[in-house]
Amino acid sequence: MSAVLFFIAAIGALSGAIGVVTIRNPFYSVLALVFHLISLAALFLLLRAEFVAAAQVIVYAGAVMVLYVFVVAYVGGGDDPLASGGTALKVLGPLFALAVAVELCIAMLGTALKGISGKGAPYVSGFGTPAHIGKLFLTTYLFPFEVASLLLLVAAIGAVMLARRRRGLEPDDELARLLTAPRPAYTGTMAEGAGSRTGPSTTVPQELPERPTPVGERG
Amino acid sequence: MGIGWYLVVSALIFAIGAAGVLIRRNPLVVLLCLELMLNAANLALIAFARLHGGEDGQIFALIVMVVAAAEVTVGLGMIVAIYRRNLPVDVDELNELHG
Repeated sequence: MSAVLFFIAAIGALSGAIGVVTIRNPFYSVLALVFHLISLAALFLLLRAEFVAAAQVIVYAGAVMVLYVFVVAYVGGGDDPLASGGTALKVLGPLFALAVAVELCIAMLGTALKGISGKGAPYVSGFGTPAHIGKLFLTTYLFPFEVASLLLLVAAIGAVMLARRRRGLEPDDELARLLTAPRPAYTGTMAEGAGSRTGPSTTVPQELPERPTPVGERG
Repeated sequence: MGIGWYLVVSALIFAIGAAGVLIRRNPLVVLLCLELMLNAANLALIAFARLHGGEDGQIFALIVMVVAAAEVTVGLGMIVAIYRRNLPVDVDELNELHG
């Protein structure tokens, strides 16, 4: 049963990865990556990493991919040709990838690691559950945990600084115009309340009713 | 299934991601291929955690996910900034740092 699940998930992950690289439209590339990540979460579950699988689906396939979809929709990356410019890279890239794959397979399967063909260590109850992971994060790995949170904060601020609208570069006449323009009458300013409107407040909207004469001014 | 199978899948995903980084020109897709490579490393980490029966590898994988999220945030911010300045969204033409 686990072998069948493994092959389904592995084929899904590999086809998703190939789809990310080969599909021309970036939007469909993102969707292929979502498929790949969910297949990978199934592989994590087979390796008894329950919490990591849940985090993968929620954080990665959920939140991060939504960010990708938004940026793809904003930038609107249309179909781009696959490496039309550099023909050398077009040939050398897959060759390099093939070399890396063969080398990694040789390195991993040719090691003298005991049990690499087995099913791993005997299962302990509670292995990979949120309770165990959380306990490790708050005891042994407390420092990496805090550093990770700081890194996320820095990344968030950095992204805001990078992607913000640059308003400081050009003269900011829009804001100055808004500040010096006379406010329309009857907007309830403090000057109005005190009866001493200053400035040329002539921009009365036409659809406003006629100003009733104040009681004290009549006689 | 043996742990070796998982490692082979991880190696293949890593190679596909590396090929994508080299071939594709859209920086969005290059970021996606970087994600592929990070996920391949995650799969290997979790496979080794299963092999040794310790959860340290899973902790490492979670930290890798955090770092990947940070990288994605900054990368996408840069892509949005490039797009706002009307520069070409193409890694072959963004070569001002050649010197």
